[in-house]
Amino acid sequence: MSDKKYMVQEFVAVESATLLEYMKDIKAEGYRLAQICAMKKEGDIELIYSFDKDHLMKNIRVIVPENQEIESISDIYWYAFIYENEMHDLFGVKFRHLALDYGGNFFKVSEPTPWNPKE
Amino acid sequence: MGKRTIIPFGPQHPVLPEPVHLDLVIEDERVVEAIPSIGYIHRGLEKLVEKKEYTEMVYVIERICGICSFGHGWGYCAAVEGAMDIKVPERAEYLRTIWHELGRMHSHLLWLGLLADGFGFESLFMHCWRIRETVLDIFEETTGGRVIFSVCKVGGLRKDVDAKTLEKMSGLLNGIKKELQELTDVFLEDRSVKNRLCGVGVLSKEEAEELGAVGPMARASGVAQDMRMAGHGKYLELGFEPVVETDGDCYARCKVRLREVFQSIDLINKAIDEIPEGDIAVPVKGNVDGEFITRMEQPRGEAIYYAKGQGTKFLERMRVRTPTNANIPAMVKTLQGCDLADVPMLVLTIDPCISCTER
Amino acid sequence: MSYVTKSPWIIHYDGSSCNGCDIEVLACLTPMYDVERFGIINTGNPKHADVFLVTGSVNEQNKGVVQQIYEQMPEPKVVVAIGICACSGGVFRDCYNVMGGIDTVIPVDCYVPGCAARPEAIIDAVVKGLGVLAEKRAAMEAKEDKAELAAETEGKQDE
Repeated sequence: MSDKKYMVQEFVAVESATLLEYMKDIKAEGYRLAQICAMKKEGDIELIYSFDKDHLMKNIRVIVPENQEIESISDIYWYAFIYENEMHDLFGVKFRHLALDYGGNFFKVSEPTPWNPKE
Repeated sequence: MGKRTIIPFGPQHPVLPEPVHLDLVIEDERVVEAIPSIGYIHRGLEKLVEKKEYTEMVYVIERICGICSFGHGWGYCAAVEGAMDIKVPERAEYLRTIWHELGRMHSHLLWLGLLADGFGFESLFMHCWRIRETVLDIFEETTGGRVIFSVCKVGGLRKDVDAKTLEKMSGLLNGIKKELQELTDVFLEDRSVKNRLCGVGVLSKEEAEELGAVGPMARASGVAQDMRMAGHGKYLELGFEPVVETDGDCYARCKVRLREVFQSIDLINKAIDEIPEGDIAVPVKGNVDGEFITRMEQPRGEAIYYAKGQGTKFLERMRVRTPTNANIPAMVKTLQGCDLADVPMLVLTIDPCISCTER
Repeated sequence: MSYVTKSPWIIHYDGSSCNGCDIEVLACLTPMYDVERFGIINTGNPKHADVFLVTGSVNEQNKGVVQQIYEQMPEPKVVVAIGICACSGGVFRDCYNVMGGIDTVIPVDCYVPGCAARPEAIIDAVVKGLGVLAEKRAAMEAKEDKAELAAETEGKQDE
């Protein structure tokens, strides 16, 4: 089973308050950010941050209430801005301190998405 | 300091087969900043999981992109199979590997053609696409489709390939290898081609790591990152090793992709020699309960598939992160400071697949 | 099929297709299918084009782009919808960001179903479109003749 690295599924739950601390540790360990995924769930937003190191994956799950702002991780992983802008445009997730904020003009959708019906 | 001007690039642009929009802030002839905006081909197919059963979703996922169609189908099936704990038969694993590599060949040949067209070498474009047609013929003979195949299903495959066809495939591939060798010399040795590619859009190893580049973009900068090493299919058994170049410019990216086409031919030939007899699918019962995240090496780089189900016929959430999406930060960075005339080259060398990115 | 005196130029735009049909359109231009032998050339400029090939469905975002390209093309012009997505929305019909086929925004003359549409079918459709183009041109010329005639007779009356 040792070479079936993709079978390893590691999900860690992290509180949103300690998210940045955790990210710093992970970056220091040499992990690369692979993706961020958002999901709506009964008034909450679930974010999954995936990291990769030597073809092994590690996922971090953060759950926050829908209208709460989330601290952007783009200070630590600069290229996270691409996922954060996308989530802002499609899901209406609000990020604080985005390194590169396109202000809702990155993913241009003329009609509101079902995940983010208000805008 | 010159006057700043904003030049819109796209959505309808001769060099781009697909619509993407870039606002290029330029000073004289130099690009200061590139601001991407996407959304012209957004369909919202991740939301479709709520309307289509998880077995039907394979067709939709294959149509995320018509170029890496097989890889997307496999990636989705692998995620669902992982969540349901299904073990796919050996023969199916081999055939999936073969088709995935054929898909990589056709994608890279397509890209090499577009690159040649991008720097104005039209006959080279035509030759690449002529060779590519042989790959499409193989696809048509084995799967029935030229670009979209629908042979992958949860639990295995829909179609088997007999030994005679496999043998014929091997012969055709060796023919491609010979023809491609001639083109390789033009791509790598021709002076005018080198003038357009060498030293353009350099991305160092540190930058590639810092910007989260994936696929050939990262490998051309010396990062040995290839998800075929993660254990999918039969790559490790076939002795797969990532192709790595160190220069990080457009020339290196071209070289990586050329070498990968040859590597794919070798991998397929090896797989044809080793393929065992047996079933191609296992019966699938029940529904997805739980979550699974997995990765595939598409022709353009690492693609991530996340599937989550709650025991019903429909998945709760399906997420695809495609390679172009991960390469946009690297593209935005390499565009800064380049000549306006090099913009099409640079945009092409990340091999953008916009319909993947926007889903 | 009718006789076309000029070589028709085509322009291609990808609405929201999956690339499958786009690469088949491009494959039509390459040595295997080679439509250039009929004098058909792919151009990037709508003002040079006679035939508009659209792949993929329309959404709120690209609606304007499709309309703009169509309006910039000189008369007479023909629109060919390639692939089932361009005809009706296809597999993505139920998606939230898909309005439907191309005919919801501009008039379409030929439909090519299929996912992805085969190059042979695309060539057939373009050839069929040329027939429509000839008809449109004939209608235009007849109209012009009529207008000229009317102007002439009016001129005579003035004398």
